[in-house]
Amino acid sequence: MENTAAIMPRIVTPVGPCSAAHADWASGKSAALPAKIRMTNVQKRFSVRGRPVEALGGITVDIADHEFFTIVGPSGCGKTTLLRILAGLEGMTDGSIEISRELASEASAVRPINAMVFQEQSIFPWMTVRDNVALGLKARGLSKRSRYAAVEPHICKVGLEAFADALPHQLSGGMKQRVAIARALANDPEILLMDEPFSALDEQTKLILEEELLRIWEETRKTVVYVTHSIDEAIMISDRIMVMSARPGRIKDVIDVGALFPRPRNMDAVKASPRYGELFNRIWHELREEVFASRAGIQG
Amino acid sequence: MSMQEARGQVVIMQPELGGTRGPSRRQLERVLSVGSPVALLAMWEGAAWLGKIDTRFFPAPSGIFQEFLTLLQGTELLRDVGVTLSRLAIGFLIGAIPGILIGLAVGLFGPVRAIVSPLVDAIFPIPKIAILPLFLMIFGLGETSKYAIVAVAVIFLVLINTASGVRNIDRIFLDVARNYNAGRMMVFWDIALPGALPSILTGLKLGMGIALVVIISAEFVGAQSGIGYMIWSSWQTLQVEKMYVGLMVISVVGFVAAMVLTLLERVLMPWKRGD
Ligand SMILES: Nc1ncnc2c1ncn2[C@@H]1O[C@H](COP(=O)(O)OP(=O)(O)O)[C@@H](O)[C@H]1O
Ligand SMILES: [Mg+2]
Repeated sequence: MENTAAIMPRIVTPVGPCSAAHADWASGKSAALPAKIRMTNVQKRFSVRGRPVEALGGITVDIADHEFFTIVGPSGCGKTTLLRILAGLEGMTDGSIEISRELASEASAVRPINAMVFQEQSIFPWMTVRDNVALGLKARGLSKRSRYAAVEPHICKVGLEAFADALPHQLSGGMKQRVAIARALANDPEILLMDEPFSALDEQTKLILEEELLRIWEETRKTVVYVTHSIDEAIMISDRIMVMSARPGRIKDVIDVGALFPRPRNMDAVKASPRYGELFNRIWHELREEVFASRAGIQG
Repeated sequence: MSMQEARGQVVIMQPELGGTRGPSRRQLERVLSVGSPVALLAMWEGAAWLGKIDTRFFPAPSGIFQEFLTLLQGTELLRDVGVTLSRLAIGFLIGAIPGILIGLAVGLFGPVRAIVSPLVDAIFPIPKIAILPLFLMIFGLGETSKYAIVAVAVIFLVLINTASGVRNIDRIFLDVARNYNAGRMMVFWDIALPGALPSILTGLKLGMGIALVVIISAEFVGAQSGIGYMIWSSWQTLQVEKMYVGLMVISVVGFVAAMVLTLLERVLMPWKRGD
């Protein structure tokens, strides 16, 4: 499809905790922590029936280790594409991504770099909940017994212990998404990539799962790159929010939510705060501008 | 008055009582579907007795049944049925298993597809029974030529359906496999095979249909046993009732084979059942 050779993310394995690679990475707003993911001018061009479609117009940002980093943007601006590039499922047309691995030890040698929770329904209908959650461990060659033992706590964590042997068609939409999250967590990746994981769910289920996700994240503090179209959700769960422009996606704004609402967060307190309203409006206006801009672009 | 009427109109909705009061629609349909062949047989029997049809071509069903009972006393019918069944079963397996495996590989791997597709495209359109003389030449008149012709009839349909089943697996599932670093073996057995199962079973059902046609035709000309041989030799000796017994038996064999495959489908694909 692409006319340029695909460029894949470069994985950097540091030799020690104070390696030189880390020292000069401490930059930007996430100054306190070293960058886990460093994207430099990431571009993506698709070719659709021979015509180039610019999906990403150059994304440069550092995502810190243990950060909950959220991306919002008008639909079609390249959010999914960016996550797929980070996941190694898609090559980039230009730019570079450096992902710094955790210290090379025996434990981290088998640890996957990322696991993705996809936007669409992605659990296997022919596998039980347990086998779905154990997918990554099976791929790593663990025996049935040890992988079942390893996934048990993750199945419990998302509250599906009673459904471990059920097939997905016996589950509700919210439960299926829980399975997808448990599958990603069970694989114990260094980076969790989540593409609008709750967008297909009803409002109540979504609220409950957001809270669960936040609780699980606070336990594990994995680096998360999270895509959502819900401003509210973004403010509730993120350390930082990146607002993207309409296609070709560029960075319009990066907001440090963590500075405004320190963790642990109380959802009700956040919502009651006047700063919440200001922040919501800021993002909303930015998004609205982009949506109008892209409409004008289509008409013009 | 009209005011009152308009206001007083209430639509009463009640639960369906069909299940408890009288036969339901489904029960009626079941009775009808059993009734239609019975009615046909009765009309046939009556017409034969009244001399309205030529019993040289259409012997009375009672006569056919009598012949069936007579044949059951001997060993010939059972032997013929057994022979045909074993040719079907063995030939079917010899065709279906490689058909599935090659089909999965064709669906998954580009180079395999590039090698196999042109061969399949070239050979598939040949009516399989046309290859029988060749197989008789190569394998002789024995069982091997029968297994071979059934296997060839089955393998293409299974292979083509399996491959297209793999190609139609939701792309997201392959992305997940890639994201979780699933190896080739895992993609093959845990994703391609179950993902293509619905198409594989369609292929098996179509293959079974063709296998019946092919084995009966092969037994017409190239065998000294089997249901096809029985039908053909009854015609040659003008034993019309025996010929009808052969037709009856083969229809039962076809029916049972289809049922077995449907059962297999339910067992293998519990996620396709809405429970
Ligand atoms: N495989 C592809 N081939 C061609 N165009 C694509 C492909 N994937 C995405 N696109 C295009 O790239 C743009 C960004 O898509 P996507 O990343 O899915 O947007 P988002 O997730 O922000 O809604 C869209 O215009 C989409 O049509
Ligand atoms: Mg998307």
